[in-house]
Amino acid sequence: MIPGPALGGWLAAWAAHLKWGDVLVLAGALAACGFSAVALWQGGRPDKAIIKAGGRVFAEVDLNTARILEVPGPLGATRIEIQPGRARVAADPGPRQYCVRQGWLSSAGAVAICAPNQVSLALSGRRADYDSINY
Amino acid sequence: MTPSTTEIVLTPTAEDHRVARHAAAAIVLTVAEAAIPLPLPGVKPGLANIIILVVLARWGWREAVWVALLRVLVSSLLLGQFLAPGFFLSLTGSLASLAVLGFAMHLPGRAFGPVSQSVLAAFAHIGGQLLVARAWLVPHDGVFYLVPVFALAATSFGLVNGLIAARLLQEASAPAPQQAGV
Repeated sequence: MIPGPALGGWLAAWAAHLKWGDVLVLAGALAACGFSAVALWQGGRPDKAIIKAGGRVFAEVDLNTARILEVPGPLGATRIEIQPGRARVAADPGPRQYCVRQGWLSSAGAVAICAPNQVSLALSGRRADYDSINY
Repeated sequence: MTPSTTEIVLTPTAEDHRVARHAAAAIVLTVAEAAIPLPLPGVKPGLANIIILVVLARWGWREAVWVALLRVLVSSLLLGQFLAPGFFLSLTGSLASLAVLGFAMHLPGRAFGPVSQSVLAAFAHIGGQLLVARAWLVPHDGVFYLVPVFALAATSFGLVNGLIAARLLQEASAPAPQQAGV
């Protein structure tokens, strides 16, 4: 939108009431807004995925690079797919496929459990909002 | 008629009249503002603060305190909020912003105008309210999730209110009140 001369003049008239200190205070206020948004709204971002098999930690992988892991269990191999910022159980030999149908996990604290094959995938972060089991 | 010995005579001073007039204006703005539907409890323009800023600049901090606290008390009575949670939030916000204004008014006037005072007071307002809300009404850190929203509201409404106050002050201090096409 291109401001017309009337709107431009109107804005200039109001801006004339701003002193340089006011601009400084406004910049500080906006910085406080941005900082609080970053600090308070990104706590649920996951840092790494913890994969367990048979109750023991099988692997801890960071969520920066895409990769695929094959985790052995009593029924066969569970395939876990990692992508930047998210992870999922791509395939599982279990009968009901609950952990596969959960889809992508992308928040810290989220867990997908493939109980028959004794494999679990959990995302951990600086601050977990909730976990998948206990909404 | 002999004057009663128990009669109390109150003679309002010019200052009393001034406080009453300004408080009335602030109360009207608060009540009018209460009719605006708000997306979130707590996010409101706070137009009454324009009056507080003008009183602060023209008549000093003491009178601004009077106007602000009368505004909180009377508007809560009018809106049926007296001693309800909203009243205490309003009172805390008001006290916090008055405290900050007491400091902000001493900032060098060459660089810092009403806009600075308005924005700082708005931040003090939400800060005080959030602390009371956290300690008493919503005893959970979840309230702080809304801080960015409140901060943005404080910045924008603080700017707008400060600009209006600056303009009112400029017009009030103009030498002759000529008919300006406002």
